[in-house]
Amino acid sequence: MAVIRISTPLTDEITASLKAGDNVIISGTLYTARDAAHKRLVSLIREGKELPMDIQGQIIYYVGPAPAKPGQAIGSAGPTTSYRMDSYAPILMEHGLKGMIGKGSRSESVRDAMVRYKAVYFAAIGGAGALLAKCVKASEIVAYEELGPEAIRKLTVEDFPAVVVNDTFGNDLYEQGVKEYKIDTCK
Amino acid sequence: MDECCVRTVDVSEIVQAVRKLAMNTTSNVPKGAINALEDAYLREESPVGKEVIRQILENHRIAREESVPACQDTGVAMLFIEVGQDVRFTGGDLYEAINEGVRQGYVQGYLRKSIVTDPLFERVNTGDNTPSVIYTDIVPGTDVKIMFAAKGGGAENMSGLVMLPPAAGVEGVRKFVIDQVRKAGPNPCPPIVVGVGIGGTFDRVALLAKKAVIRDVGTSNPHPKYAQLERELLEEINKLGIGPQGFGGRTTALSVNIEFAPCHIASLPVACNLNCHAGPHDSIVI
Repeated sequence: MAVIRISTPLTDEITASLKAGDNVIISGTLYTARDAAHKRLVSLIREGKELPMDIQGQIIYYVGPAPAKPGQAIGSAGPTTSYRMDSYAPILMEHGLKGMIGKGSRSESVRDAMVRYKAVYFAAIGGAGALLAKCVKASEIVAYEELGPEAIRKLTVEDFPAVVVNDTFGNDLYEQGVKEYKIDTCK
Repeated sequence: MDECCVRTVDVSEIVQAVRKLAMNTTSNVPKGAINALEDAYLREESPVGKEVIRQILENHRIAREESVPACQDTGVAMLFIEVGQDVRFTGGDLYEAINEGVRQGYVQGYLRKSIVTDPLFERVNTGDNTPSVIYTDIVPGTDVKIMFAAKGGGAENMSGLVMLPPAAGVEGVRKFVIDQVRKAGPNPCPPIVVGVGIGGTFDRVALLAKKAVIRDVGTSNPHPKYAQLERELLEEINKLGIGPQGFGGRTTALSVNIEFAPCHIASLPVACNLNCHAGPHDSIVI
């Protein structure tokens, strides 16, 4: 299986080179954010205020990690289900976000925004938190520490494995996969 | 009651048992699920699906060997307690003891705390994963059996319940379950375990589905007709093509588990509760 290596920050050239179904390995910076942090980020944008981190060309990883045991950079850290961030994602892309990592399907408006703003949605393996944590070399809290697992963290990752689900051309791996393997039953 | 038959259990024993269950369960994916994943790895036709299952098995091995949670979502702590009717608890409140065990286990075990105070307005994290969800059953005897399940939010969100008319019959149940799994698609981390409750009342059928979803993978309902329906539903779900993580493939579910109960002449309640491929649960008898 061919694997494409990419590093953050992502450019339009990088995102345009990725196709739904591609296996990628990501190195660089990932920002973590899930439900509660997204709500706050989008409020800041709507109020015209500055975000706690620069999202230009960045990737947000939808994850609420487990606490690190002594000697670990981070505890188990697999993806959470992405649709819960659908109402917040387009405005973040409009402001420069280039990538999202999570699991599960995105809404049509998110998929349209990915085409418009040349952003990509990746899936990491849900329930493989122990394996994925090994790719995280450093973790620091950037904002909202009081949210506990929902705080925004800056992760430094090496060789983080993911699969392109939605590319900048409107393709969707989940739809392609089901089409290929569905067995029709006459009922 | 005859005093000689009463067994006294100090609630500090409950605290320790729950603490131990919370600390150890999320890193030890049950053997039944591992066996089913190993079988699925051999059978899966999609190359991407096969690779996903390989990585999931690798993940579960790391979790076990390094005593770290297989999934960062260490869930709502769900406790199913069977209390022998000849047991008398001393030393404090039973439910407080259970929550103290959860608190100690989640803090000392470096598990994620995922509970918020109220669902709608404040949503402040309680910081120690309490309160847990507790169900108690009174049974004959002097044992106390504690079953712990860490129920993740992602798969839980994909659950559903319907009150069918009895005329809908087996076909109605089949259609509801298949639609539920199809709609869930990649969201509940397939390959999944599908828990189905049939019968009872509106409230009871949801609990039946929960008990079904945490039943060991590889076990069948003892009733032959329900066991047959479990096999048929599994086969049909695995024709949907969703596959491991929804990337396409033959392994969408590892198991369909049904639990049923008698119900009203007018009713056919059905509930479907989903779990991921890890579905951590374990039990201790005191």
